[in-house]
Amino acid sequence: MKQTTPQQDFFRGIWRENPVLIQMLGLCPALAVTNTVENSLAMGIATFFVLTGSSLLVSLFRRWIPNEVRISTFILIIATFVTVADMGLEAIVPTVHKALGAFVALIVVNCMILSRQEAFAAKRPVGRSLLDAFGTGIGFVIALVMMGGVREVLGNGTFLGFSVFGSRFEPWVIFALPPGGFLTLGFWLLILNWFEKRRADRAKVRDWPDGVAEARAAA
Amino acid sequence: MMGELFWILLGAMVVNNFTLYYFLGLCPFMGVSARISTAIRMGAANIFVLTITSICAWFLNTFVLPYAPYLRLISFIVVIASLVQIVEMVIKKVSPALFRALGIYLPLITTNCAILGLAIFQTNRGYGFLEGLFFALGGGLGLTLALVLMASIREASEVADIPSLAKGMALVLIVAGSLSLAFMGFAGLLSAT
Repeated sequence: MKQTTPQQDFFRGIWRENPVLIQMLGLCPALAVTNTVENSLAMGIATFFVLTGSSLLVSLFRRWIPNEVRISTFILIIATFVTVADMGLEAIVPTVHKALGAFVALIVVNCMILSRQEAFAAKRPVGRSLLDAFGTGIGFVIALVMMGGVREVLGNGTFLGFSVFGSRFEPWVIFALPPGGFLTLGFWLLILNWFEKRRADRAKVRDWPDGVAEARAAA
Repeated sequence: MMGELFWILLGAMVVNNFTLYYFLGLCPFMGVSARISTAIRMGAANIFVLTITSICAWFLNTFVLPYAPYLRLISFIVVIASLVQIVEMVIKKVSPALFRALGIYLPLITTNCAILGLAIFQTNRGYGFLEGLFFALGGGLGLTLALVLMASIREASEVADIPSLAKGMALVLIVAGSLSLAFMGFAGLLSAT
């Protein structure tokens, strides 16, 4: 088990190991309900709640969960929190709950949550697990809002319900429909790949003087 | 009655395809769609588990859940996971050839969102036993169709000259977007009835 600092536990999930954009986990909600920013936020916050709650419980009970049935135990704990989130959303924001539909219940099978339990919460103390859950949860919300922002602005011409382009904008409806989900995430990955490549190239340039010195020494 | 069942099957298979319209079962769609042969096996295993799930969900909805509706999610996932485990053991004993063909895919797809998604959709729409069965069959066939299509495109794209930025997941997602766009063309089928 690699030693990590609390800061690493918290910040890792937010960007460097972002669950959706880098690890490609939890794609089902990230694509299905991100047609508006409001839905993305609601789904993100619900998932954040379930992730934090499950990490807390799993980490608390990690000594008593038998290794052979740990996955089923995790799933049961997650399912309990999802039921709570489902009923909570229905009571607080019924319209959003209706828009999200079956996908609130499907948080149970969000592999991002299960992977955090299996990889982290089941082995670490409560405080660290909570930090990890906060970081990963925030990363998930950021990724969902990145998706929802693009899709709502292009597909509907609005952001959080406020008009962006004025009345003469013809909505690019396809971005609010299922194909738009795939395309938006695909293009986000292209952009991130480009940044990553540029960063790697710059690092290469920085290392270059050493390379020259080595080449000279070899010659 | 027959016509209605047929439209449920067709609707779940192409019009509202599980993967390309509802984004269910994306993990296998991204993970095991590199080869056509594995895609077909994964699809077969999916059809199988979906059918079992549909029967389970119908049983739970009819006999158990009216008394305890808040247990819906928990009971779905527990019953489906344990039943698939049992079926896997039975297959291993009865037909080793089939077990080898479905292999590791059976336990994998238990936690696949298509399975739970089917159970929940079926409940929300109030499908009966036969309707649920046809819905599951259509959903499974649709998953297989999407998987095989994706695998064929990925096999072909391996020898194509792709910009290095787009290699990997970005390409898969953009291809999936185009496929989804193509499947939207089927939407006219349902409204025609």
